[in-house]
Amino acid sequence: MTMSEADLAVAEMHFVQKAPIAPQPPPARMTGALGWVRANLLSSPFNIVLTILIAVLLAWAIPELLRFLILDAVWSGTDRDACREVVQQREIGACWPFVWERLPYFIYGSYPIPQRWRVDVFFVMLAVGVFWLLWLNAPRRDLGVIYSFVVLPIASFVLLHGFAAIGLPVVDTVLWGGVLVTLVVASVGIVVSLPLGIVLALGRRSHMPTVRLFSTIFIEFVRGVPLITVLFMASVMLPLFVPERFEPDKLLRALVGIALFASAYMAEVVRAGLQAVPKGQYEGAMALGLGYAPMTRLIILPQALRVTIPNIVNTYIGLFKDTTLVFIVGIFDLLRTIEVARIDPKWATPVTSTTGYAVAAIFYLVFCYAMSRYARATEARLAKSDNR
Amino acid sequence: MAIDQSTGSRPARAAFYNDPKVRSFAYQFILCAVVLLLVYGAATNAIDHLRQAHIASGFGFWNTTAGFDISQTLIDYSAQGSTYGRAFWVGLLNTLLVAGLGIVFATILGFIVGISRLSKNWLLAKVAGGYVETIRNIPLLLQLLFWYNAVLKGLPDIRDSFAPGAGIYINNRGLFLPKPLFEDGFGWVELAAVAGILASIAFHIWARKRQERTGQVAPVVFVTLALVIGLPLAVLLIAGMPVHFESPQAGRFNITGGVEVLPEFAALLFGLTVYTAAFIAEVVRAGILAVSRGQVEAAYSLGLKPRPTLRLIVVPQAMRVIIPPLTSQYLNLTKNSTLAVAIGYPDLVQVFTGTVLNQTGQAVEVVAITMLVYLTISLVTSFLMNIYNRRMALVER
Repeated sequence: MTMSEADLAVAEMHFVQKAPIAPQPPPARMTGALGWVRANLLSSPFNIVLTILIAVLLAWAIPELLRFLILDAVWSGTDRDACREVVQQREIGACWPFVWERLPYFIYGSYPIPQRWRVDVFFVMLAVGVFWLLWLNAPRRDLGVIYSFVVLPIASFVLLHGFAAIGLPVVDTVLWGGVLVTLVVASVGIVVSLPLGIVLALGRRSHMPTVRLFSTIFIEFVRGVPLITVLFMASVMLPLFVPERFEPDKLLRALVGIALFASAYMAEVVRAGLQAVPKGQYEGAMALGLGYAPMTRLIILPQALRVTIPNIVNTYIGLFKDTTLVFIVGIFDLLRTIEVARIDPKWATPVTSTTGYAVAAIFYLVFCYAMSRYARATEARLAKSDNR
Repeated sequence: MAIDQSTGSRPARAAFYNDPKVRSFAYQFILCAVVLLLVYGAATNAIDHLRQAHIASGFGFWNTTAGFDISQTLIDYSAQGSTYGRAFWVGLLNTLLVAGLGIVFATILGFIVGISRLSKNWLLAKVAGGYVETIRNIPLLLQLLFWYNAVLKGLPDIRDSFAPGAGIYINNRGLFLPKPLFEDGFGWVELAAVAGILASIAFHIWARKRQERTGQVAPVVFVTLALVIGLPLAVLLIAGMPVHFESPQAGRFNITGGVEVLPEFAALLFGLTVYTAAFIAEVVRAGILAVSRGQVEAAYSLGLKPRPTLRLIVVPQAMRVIIPPLTSQYLNLTKNSTLAVAIGYPDLVQVFTGTVLNQTGQAVEVVAITMLVYLTISLVTSFLMNIYNRRMALVER
């Protein structure tokens, strides 16, 4: 396309500045508190409207939350009358005396009171294992792994279930409950799912067709169905599959279900890590004359697991939340103890349910948030060491 | 290093048990044998147990009269006149209903929250972040129980129903809405709606072809709205409004007539939406962040304004990253809808794995059918996902 001369003339006219432009006003303040507010809260008319709307929402929600949890809450009392508006003649928030009274039940379930020190010892042992593994500068972390994955499970079983020969009376798992069961289910899931997940992931990448086939079928099958159906299968069908004299107790069935479910998810996480190991690492290991087992143990897995730590922790978070589902097959985990306690006529008030759920929410929020912070910190640490 | 060549013999052969092929075969043989043994043992035990308990096996129960009521049925169902098979379909449809609606709402909320987290508005970004961090870290089951037991059961009872007008009632028995009743002429409206949708698709294709040929942009949005909403509305008016609403009637103990939304359904839908939206928000945020800054800067330097940049440059590239994890969130939502059993919404698991299993005792068949349904949904979705991924994969030279 060519421009005619008339077009050019017009274009020329437009580019000529005849008079000086008036100086522009100085820019709005960009620094200091006011500048920050302007840039982050009031940058456009739409943003101003949004800011006002959210401020109104927060101005309603935060005082309401404070009112319920603290200001209007009941702090002492012996039964439901302390938390009833009709009796107290005022607005009532959370009913904390209900929680104080039921706290031992929420923590230990129906575990016999004289034996509860055993649960406390278990909590301490668990905490030691967790800190040993997660604290990077801890001494002898290799021993920590053995402690957490071998010593702890056996010792906890002896301690919690009892062993008549050494003077610990047997406590049936039917009596276990509350935080104890939640932590037991979560730890069993965590301890079993990592090794089993690694085996399944290696199986899925194996050169042997049948090994690959079985691993793939198991992983895809478990990941394709909801956890509830796996738990139903474990609790209804498992007793059918084993001879009567080995019939597993209820808690064990749920543990099997949770552990298998978590393993399948863990396998996919580990597989992603295995795929991230460059081919040269395999070839280098083979060139050094390492067989499959030493190569996997010394070269491949350390690198693969290192990059997957954040994802492994995220899987653990999911697992920790999923432990609440054992509730549905009749195990007394924390949520179930709260469900039972909140409908107890002694404490039945309109605020009891909300108070109970608030306690459970805080419990899960603290644990899961801590885990997700750890995952994120690890991610940042790995990113830093990769960017040397 | 000198090599001893004096003997001239061939290097010693490895023992046969060190041959990789032999080993591989042996391992696989052992694995197969163990699996077969386990399956055989489980099967014989199961058959023994079922025989001892006098429980029938096989799928004969499918055509037996169910004899129990279901609180929400999308197809005709009655306790005395319907079979277990019918109950299965009722449960499956209820699952699909709550999952389908949940997916729609969670997608909308999730995209809003995900984009809000990246907003320049500090307050909005922080509130969205707080929402995601809180909701993601509390178990879904706890959230469902809270919405159902603490919120919806705490609503006023029937006599003190909350009535915002227009025939709507809200109380602890559910949400009651006016029910549209269609009269004779309504067929024309449905016809107009179908015609409008088809016409708008045709217009879309035509507009796209014309834009590719000439560069002229057609007002697709307005024309689509006019065809899909305007046309049926116009026909509705011309036909003389062949529809009227039946309002629910509030009685002393019950509300009759109208459409009833069960509190179980509302709690499940709300809980699933809120929970899954938090995960979708993270997916969306990651997808948008995955589009490199250079793309946006290049668009700006070409003279595109922020909105077209978002629509034409950022979103198409972000969708490539967003869609696969989004699909797995949809699957998670569908699987999580099984938590209905905790609050008593009659979904597939509650009806089938719950009531039918308890009545028939045929655990193996019932659990197998239920798992098969979810497995089919999962496999079909991941199959479609693979096709999509292949189409969307970057074509590299």
